[in-house]
Amino acid sequence: MPLISNLTIKKSAMHCQHLHLKLGGKVILDDINLQIHQGEVTTLLGPNGAGKSSLLKILSDEIKATANTHCEISYFNEPKARWDRGKLAKHVGILPQQSSLTFAFTVREVVELGLLPLSLSRKQANAVVDDTLQKVDVLHLADRLYPLLSGGEKQRVHFARVLTQISQAGDKTILMLDEPTSALDLSHQHNTLSIARTMANQGAAVIIVLHDLNLAAQYSDRVLILNEGKIQADGTPWQALTAPMIEQVYQHKVQVLKHPSADYPVVYAL
Amino acid sequence: MLRQIPFSLLMIFGSSLLLLIAVFSIVVGPMSISLSDSFKGLTPWADELPSHIQLVIHQIRLPRTLLCMSVGAILAISGTVMQGLFRNPLAEPGIIGVSAGAGLGAAIAIVVFSSVAMQYPLLMNIAAVPLFAFLGGALTTLLVYSLGTSKQGTSVAVMLLAGVAIGALSGAGIGYLNFIADDQMLRDLSLWSMGSLAGATWSSIMLATVSLVILLTIFMRNAKGLNALLLGEAEAGHLGINTQKLKRRLILLTAAGVGVTVSISGMIGFIGLIVPHLGRMMTGPDHKVLLPLSAVMGALLLTIADMIARIAVTPAELPVGIVTAIIGAPFFLYLLFKQRGRM
Repeated sequence: MPLISNLTIKKSAMHCQHLHLKLGGKVILDDINLQIHQGEVTTLLGPNGAGKSSLLKILSDEIKATANTHCEISYFNEPKARWDRGKLAKHVGILPQQSSLTFAFTVREVVELGLLPLSLSRKQANAVVDDTLQKVDVLHLADRLYPLLSGGEKQRVHFARVLTQISQAGDKTILMLDEPTSALDLSHQHNTLSIARTMANQGAAVIIVLHDLNLAAQYSDRVLILNEGKIQADGTPWQALTAPMIEQVYQHKVQVLKHPSADYPVVYAL
Repeated sequence: MLRQIPFSLLMIFGSSLLLLIAVFSIVVGPMSISLSDSFKGLTPWADELPSHIQLVIHQIRLPRTLLCMSVGAILAISGTVMQGLFRNPLAEPGIIGVSAGAGLGAAIAIVVFSSVAMQYPLLMNIAAVPLFAFLGGALTTLLVYSLGTSKQGTSVAVMLLAGVAIGALSGAGIGYLNFIADDQMLRDLSLWSMGSLAGATWSSIMLATVSLVILLTIFMRNAKGLNALLLGEAEAGHLGINTQKLKRRLILLTAAGVGVTVSISGMIGFIGLIVPHLGRMMTGPDHKVLLPLSAVMGALLLTIADMIARIAVTPAELPVGIVTAIIGAPFFLYLLFKQRGRM
């Protein structure tokens, strides 16, 4: 029974059972059963409308169980209902696709909002904020006004805010990123995903919704491919990102090769 | 940007200016009182002054100035919180119809309880009218909020249109109440609807001051939550804020603030719009510093507006709501102009 030995080695960060979601009569998610492990980068892939963001929103408790969902979600083997809101916020950081913030906070002030669930001294807080500003490469923008930034800069600022929020999470860290690279240039795409990768190496459970199959292949331990509300593939990049699977899900011809200098697949659209 | 000035300096400067204006406002009025007499009237040596000057200072001008300061501060912090709650810098109790709703509530109380008012004027003025104004304001806020607010914040268009509709409804309601009112009710109604701060009594000052202290205390305790709410509701939730509870609390408290001010002084618009804007220009949107600054600036602005109301058409007196509208409406148009692209 390889499954059981697997479970004993990998520690569960989050699991959900029998997760259904219907919106306006349309089935968005259809009986999803999922366990997310600590120390892994798990990537959600799938075509537009496959249910990736919905799944992330349910996992992050943004869509409530009352809205036509029937599911049980547990964080670190404790049911969601038993977690105190404020305590959970120290351990679970969520980066949304975009933010509706329009008020003229400075960049530093936006990142400092991530301190809210923490109780740090002024000195510790400054150190944490400086550190995360530095990590996502927005330290030079610290005193600029947030509404005047470009889309990619705003996305990085929110990433810094989320990293600040989970900076004291210790060995129970969950990081959920919803298309974190959508507005970023090449180098910042890789910087963002490298940060996520490093956090997973240090024990965090990282879940990323992505569109770029090659970024997923490069940074993931585990790839989930979602289509029509169901998980179609679940495995290592090599197991999940096969040409037949991709062609079936995306309805597009591809060729999958090995990266010339590293051990992960590279997907070429034909 | 004025954001370079430290908050403590702004507060010291603002408070000193407020104090100065307050003393000066006692000078202003149909009967001339010198600045030195006005200052002396506030010290233990007041009884050295001629008795008619003492009377004017202690019975008319000082109560009025104190009421101006409390009411102005409540209007300003209610506006600040409402803008944060709606995540929209154009939300203001007057503009989105909350004052109108509160006004209708107050008018209903004045007419319905008119027989009680003769026997228990105090109960009427500090309980029945404010309570009904609060109920009217709370219902309106809930209505506008559920109509206009989505994940992206609040739609300016829906908010303003709701304000128009509620304003019309409230106008019709108050008109009808005027129509069915008897002489006594009519007098009370018109006295109230003038929106003046002239009728300052120590009981209304107490009501306003106590409300101000309570509101500011609770708002300050929720300042961090309000900051988080500016990110969006989902994001605030992810930061551990119970957003439903916070929103409900803030809606009820702003309605209470508006209800108290409307019941005391009628509808005074635009203070809650202008002040938070100026405040944000000076300190940024952080509610921990914006709220106290708004309170000081709101007190300052309404005191000045009321001085203008007293001297603009001497010996008569303008309703102070007209003065705030003359200052505020162009400011509002300017903001609307700036937001044009985002409607």
